[in-house]
Amino acid sequence: MKKKIMSIMLTAAIAGTVLAGCGEKKATVTTDGSTSMEKVIGALGESFSADNKNITVTYNPNGSSSGIKAVAAGTCDIGLSSRNLKDEEKAQGLTGTVLAYDGIAIIVNNENPVTDLDTETIADIYTGEITNWSEVGGEDEEIVLIGREAGSGTRDGFESITGTEDLCKYRQELTSTGDVITTVSQNPGAIGYASLASVKDSVKLVDVEGVTPSEETIKDGSYVIQRPFVLVTKDDKKLSDAAQKFFDYITSDAAEAVISAAGVVAAN
Amino acid sequence: MKKKNQVLEHVIHGMFLILGLITIGCVLLITVYLVISGIPAIREIGLLDFLFGAKWEPTVAEPSYGILPFILTSVYGTAGAILIGVPIGFMTAVYLAKIASPKVKSLMSAAVSLLAGIPSVVYGLVGMLVLVPGIRKLFDVPDGASLLAAIIVLAIMILPSIINVSITALEAVPKEYEDASLALGATPVETYFKVSVPAAKSGIAAAVVLGVGRAIGEAMAVMMVSGNVANMPSLFQSVRFLTTAVASEMAYSSGLQQQALFSIALVLFLFIMMINATLNFFLKKEKEN
Repeated sequence: MKKKIMSIMLTAAIAGTVLAGCGEKKATVTTDGSTSMEKVIGALGESFSADNKNITVTYNPNGSSSGIKAVAAGTCDIGLSSRNLKDEEKAQGLTGTVLAYDGIAIIVNNENPVTDLDTETIADIYTGEITNWSEVGGEDEEIVLIGREAGSGTRDGFESITGTEDLCKYRQELTSTGDVITTVSQNPGAIGYASLASVKDSVKLVDVEGVTPSEETIKDGSYVIQRPFVLVTKDDKKLSDAAQKFFDYITSDAAEAVISAAGVVAAN
Repeated sequence: MKKKNQVLEHVIHGMFLILGLITIGCVLLITVYLVISGIPAIREIGLLDFLFGAKWEPTVAEPSYGILPFILTSVYGTAGAILIGVPIGFMTAVYLAKIASPKVKSLMSAAVSLLAGIPSVVYGLVGMLVLVPGIRKLFDVPDGASLLAAIIVLAIMILPSIINVSITALEAVPKEYEDASLALGATPVETYFKVSVPAAKSGIAAAVVLGVGRAIGEAMAVMMVSGNVANMPSLFQSVRFLTTAVASEMAYSSGLQQQALFSIALVLFLFIMMINATLNFFLKKEKEN
């Protein structure tokens, strides 16, 4: 009998909490767009939801252009774009707010004497027009191109900035930044690219057009292999309370640590 | 009391039945899911273009989805691993089953079991840090991540299955066969190779097939040493296997690319089904003997 009473009480208690949960109003913030921003938006959504349990942030990775279109059509709250808005997009009444900058570092083996390359040379190297390090001031060693798998945000970023989309003649396509760094550190002829935040001493950072990649040079725009992560909103449509709260949070100083942890440089 | 026992018996029966059904349910679920999600992309791309297309470029402006490089790489890679792994594993099995002293045997068997227990990511890591740079230096190629590196890693990974199954088969050979051979004046080595091995041949064949199955299904270790570029297979080229094609692109894929990855998984699944059927055939034959 005692057991029965206990179980009834327990059921009541569980039902109570469930019902209490229903009492609060649930809200959803929808974000659409750049696949490259998955990591940063995911991290921000998680840390935001931890403090605002009744707001869920959803993310639909369908590419920057689709995200921008979705905001314009009003089918999502915030669009995510990993490029600046074009003039015709701005003309539709859209505003872009830069959330962060994604700096992509060019890395070579520590034994490699090459310290500086310009964007054009990097593009020539990756498209296979330059195949030996001696052509760019290094030793007589074949250049081994290390990249990421098709669909990766870093690959997409690197290729779109250097203008080498679909032209790269990769020797290895690896599935994580860590693998790229390890492989480059193992092979004296290798060159690779990776998010600046994850690069360690095991490989050498190459200056691009004479500028060393760092948070400052990425923020002020002097380091060119970078792209902005833009939040796109519609001017004539007010954000819902939940979306506004999320927007305010991710552009605040409080979110900076989360953004840096995701491997990009916070814009403010 | 008797009735109560009967009820209990029925309940336990039922429980075992349910547990068994869960296993079968999982197999069915995976099969049905793979077929349903794998067919649409094949229909859209076309079976011939999909299986025999030489170009895999899913993200370019005009994508092509040919998986011939993956199929050939998987076949060549597995064949290479068998070519290296089977002689080593087979000889080890003969030694352990017939020649080795009990002390050596227990020590070596323990080592073989340990080899079987090493997670594939560890094989991959060691391969990436030792084998890949080693191949680069030894053969003086620009980069060591290649089909050869994958073959060597796979050959080592399939050793435990080959050794263990072969030992079981060799030990099951009736002692009378060997005694008869020895009594007729054959040397021990002649006896092992002319009597024991032929008597255990279907078991050894099963060991080889099991090795093939393990090699063709391995993804993690291979992904870390093979370079992952969708080239036609060549020993010192960076290559991509059926398994790694699925594993490496799944994370970011969408649309037709993702569907095509399911189709690759379906092709891999059919390969493995065929290998399992062969394995069952050999095992059945061994039982009949």
